[in-house]
Amino acid sequence: MWSLISVELYKIFRRPRTYISFGAIAALIIVVQLGLKIDGSAYAAFLMKDINDTLTVDGKILNGYLICYILLQLLLVHVPLLVALIAADMFSGEANLGTLRLLFSTPSSRTKWVFAKFIAASVYTILLLLWLAFLALLVSMWVFGTDDLFLMKSNYVVVIEQKDVLWRYLGAFVFASFSLLTVTSLGFLMSTLSNNSIGPIVGTMSAIVFFTILSTLNIPLYNTIKPYLFTTHMNNWKEFFDIKVNANNEAITGTILNVSKIQSSLWVLTLHIILFLGASVIIIKKKDILS
Amino acid sequence: MFVIKVQHISKNFGSLKAVDDLSFEVQEGQVFGFLGQNGSGKSTTIRMLLSLIHPSSGSIEIFGKPLHKKRNEILEQVGAIIERPDLYPYLSAKEHLQLFAKVRKQRISTDAINHTLEKVGLAERSHDKVKTFSLGMKQRLGIAIALVHNPSLIILDEPTNGLDPQGIADIRQLIQYLAKEEGKTVFVSSHLLSEIEQIATQILIIHKGKKMVEGITKELLDPQKRIVQIKTMDDDKALQLITTGSFHHYLLPRKEGIFLKLPTHEIPLLNESLIKAGVALIGIESKNSLEDYFIQVTSNS
Repeated sequence: MWSLISVELYKIFRRPRTYISFGAIAALIIVVQLGLKIDGSAYAAFLMKDINDTLTVDGKILNGYLICYILLQLLLVHVPLLVALIAADMFSGEANLGTLRLLFSTPSSRTKWVFAKFIAASVYTILLLLWLAFLALLVSMWVFGTDDLFLMKSNYVVVIEQKDVLWRYLGAFVFASFSLLTVTSLGFLMSTLSNNSIGPIVGTMSAIVFFTILSTLNIPLYNTIKPYLFTTHMNNWKEFFDIKVNANNEAITGTILNVSKIQSSLWVLTLHIILFLGASVIIIKKKDILS
Repeated sequence: MFVIKVQHISKNFGSLKAVDDLSFEVQEGQVFGFLGQNGSGKSTTIRMLLSLIHPSSGSIEIFGKPLHKKRNEILEQVGAIIERPDLYPYLSAKEHLQLFAKVRKQRISTDAINHTLEKVGLAERSHDKVKTFSLGMKQRLGIAIALVHNPSLIILDEPTNGLDPQGIADIRQLIQYLAKEEGKTVFVSSHLLSEIEQIATQILIIHKGKKMVEGITKELLDPQKRIVQIKTMDDDKALQLITTGSFHHYLLPRKEGIFLKLPTHEIPLLNESLIKAGVALIGIESKNSLEDYFIQVTSNS
């Protein structure tokens, strides 16, 4: 199995296309960081304009932690599209190239190939996320420094002490890895259904857009299915940045307001990964290789 | 010993019957020529032998083991190229062989890889990426991939596609060497019938998914019964003479000329009777090739 995984990883990282995603993320993050470094005070003033009269804030609001939060909000919606570029190409790309028949006429079962390819695609996804974490968090901390994290939610403000922030980001990135692995497994499933790459990539992106819209629609008819849609749960990494407060409305360090919401989201995402991967195994095992 | 034993396999794609109740056997050390027109079911059959396509019915045994149960065990000893030589454009020839050696979990030395590339005439381009290769070079690399793990059974689907005349001759020699010197069994399909004629010890012709003829090449192309084409200045007169004379039962129904299948000793007699009848003869051409035999078999069906 390891030899198949290493072969798949070798192929992924020998393709120039693989590095487009890494380059795109780096470019986006650098553009945002550069903009905020040059014109960050104006942005901070804009953020604070509604509460300046009622609240006085000491310290550096526009620190590395806030920049990372802003970047994650911006990017975690779009990274699935970059993940789909590789995941939705895993089988369809080989079928399109004509190499699938070479792989499937070797003495390894198709089930092993499915798992090897899925693990390789997952490694790519995790590396993309680590790259994002490195640029968004570590580089932002280095460029903008650190301070308490000041977040404005829809109708309240959250202030998290800087010593209480890093583990939350760790949790958020682990959660995001589940979200992106769900997208990986969806793209992977799509790739088993076609003999060209474009269809599965567009199909994965369309499915994400479709279910995201369904998740955000506030129509009673759809409210019953929303909890079961993976797109409803993908952005719940933000829950790591909601903190419990005591009777005096003071933040309790080291707490998360709604742990059960994170747990149930992780379950839903994991079930989707298992479902998509299981379907991929069944399809590939039954498939006649005609490409 | 039978290396391949196919019994009554069929494959349906919806209402289309691509392969229809096909049975054949391939013996150890044979070069087995598998012939058929485009769309006759050759590639579907080869894909079934490699477990790429599941048969609708029937059974396949390779090395005496059932393919559906012992697939991995069997495929360890099989090397194959299937139709086009599709490869990874961003990898070099050497990287391809290393990659497939790894897939097969075999420790294949650099020397063995270099030797395989030499065998197919790609040693000098071993570090070049496949995207710079011609179709013929890709075909050679495909064959190298099929050979690198030293398999007992080699399945080659159209191995001379895209090759120049010298390349075709090289592959012919390689196939003969593999069978004669290394004792390998080679199952080869090709549309270049003259090539198959020179290398195959046994041939099977399929048409519309069904077996038409199977036999030893030498026996099928019996030199005692030659197919001849008669070229004259007046074909109508010649045809009239043949149809009304003693040669009429040798006449073959062909639109493209006058063809007869007759014993060798009858050819001078035919020549004599045509001249006597005043038919200006351009030539009598022996057509006892596999190509003629193939056309005869498939057109009769």
